[in-house]
Amino acid sequence: MIKHHPKDDLLTAFACGELPASIAAAVAIHADMCVSCKQVIAEKTNKLANHSFDVINDVSAMPMEKYDEAELADIDFDSMLADITRDESIVEMDVSSEKIIKIKNKEYLLPKPLHNMPLGNWLNLGKLTRARVNLGEGEIHTSLLQIAPQGKIPDHTHNGYELTLLLEGEFHDEMGTYQAGDFILLDGQHLHSPVTETGCLCYTVVSDALHFTKGINKLLNPIGSFIY
Amino acid sequence: MPQLEMKSLSEMKDNIKAPPMPDNNLAELTEWLLAVAEQRDKAAFTLLFRFFAPKIQRIASQKFSNPAQAADVVQETMSNVWRKAHLYSADKGAPTTWVYTVMRNVTFDMLRKIQSKKEDNLSDDIWPLVESQQVEEQDFSDHLEDSQLARYVETLPENQQQVVKGYYFLEMSQEQLAEHLDLPIGTVKSRLRLALAKLKLQIGEDHD
Repeated sequence: MIKHHPKDDLLTAFACGELPASIAAAVAIHADMCVSCKQVIAEKTNKLANHSFDVINDVSAMPMEKYDEAELADIDFDSMLADITRDESIVEMDVSSEKIIKIKNKEYLLPKPLHNMPLGNWLNLGKLTRARVNLGEGEIHTSLLQIAPQGKIPDHTHNGYELTLLLEGEFHDEMGTYQAGDFILLDGQHLHSPVTETGCLCYTVVSDALHFTKGINKLLNPIGSFIY
Repeated sequence: MPQLEMKSLSEMKDNIKAPPMPDNNLAELTEWLLAVAEQRDKAAFTLLFRFFAPKIQRIASQKFSNPAQAADVVQETMSNVWRKAHLYSADKGAPTTWVYTVMRNVTFDMLRKIQSKKEDNLSDDIWPLVESQQVEEQDFSDHLEDSQLARYVETLPENQQQVVKGYYFLEMSQEQLAEHLDLPIGTVKSRLRLALAKLKLQIGEDHD
């Protein structure tokens, strides 16, 4: 059973399309593995649609937007309509293709939301193997991170936030054990040191470098920027 | 909220008239969207356009300070509705939800283009307009020997029976069917999808 889910406001922002691509992808991957979050997102999307297009009058669940303040362009709707329908082609969607990635001789099925994201080179540091997902989101860094069996990341904390979506395998830390599909969002108040027995692959989104906190491990702070 | 909408609608200077229907008539919107999906019906699309385009413009104006960009969202969204309508099926939800999804995806990709200078169009991967239906269709064909299923097929509308029988029983390709029935390939695909959705629903109900 997946135990760690995105909070409700995150699901709302997801349905609104207001999250950065990195985090939206994490929510999408989670929802593909979690029936209950998928259901909640579907309901929120419905409500947003009704609200947006004013289909029903019950808007209590969603914040009101001020429609009357925006400046509207003078669109020639008739010629726009004619332009659109002049195009007889339809868009075929590529729905079923699968993508496999291979890290240190282990194969993984790449989740759909990541299919068209550009991956950087795989870099190796001990039991850690990492590739950057190049989304161009400034200080938000997104990566795929494989931790080999018996691998661990020493005690660390974050100035910003650290989102881990466990794609395959397991790991545990001071707060519990995690399995595939778990959506783990930590901020600067959390301090943890994840360990995996059998290895795992994570999708991570980190908004600031990690800081190792204990004695000799401070020497490891270069790993912090490796993971970030 | 409804008053606010009515007010801004009446103030609009565009040449679009308010839709000739009560706003809560989802059945009518569904009918129009299916007519576009199955027959590329321009008249039905015109009705959809009149209903949605002004609303999309107002919503997009909240997200894009430049009115020309908001207009681009309208154009791109409605163009996608026209060109992707065959991906809609009524069993997946309300037409408004589907159009909302198309609009949200267009908006997301445009904002990303502006903010991150990326033209990677990730939205349809993050929020798919269609679930991987090929898998469903595959699963489905395994059961077609079932005589019960053959009886269900008889309950489908005639135009859907044609494609289901041709595709599954006569094993014609979608292209062959399109040629044989003198239909656009998109229509064949959407009829197949609709028929499968209905069959699945019936089987689900019986097995409950």
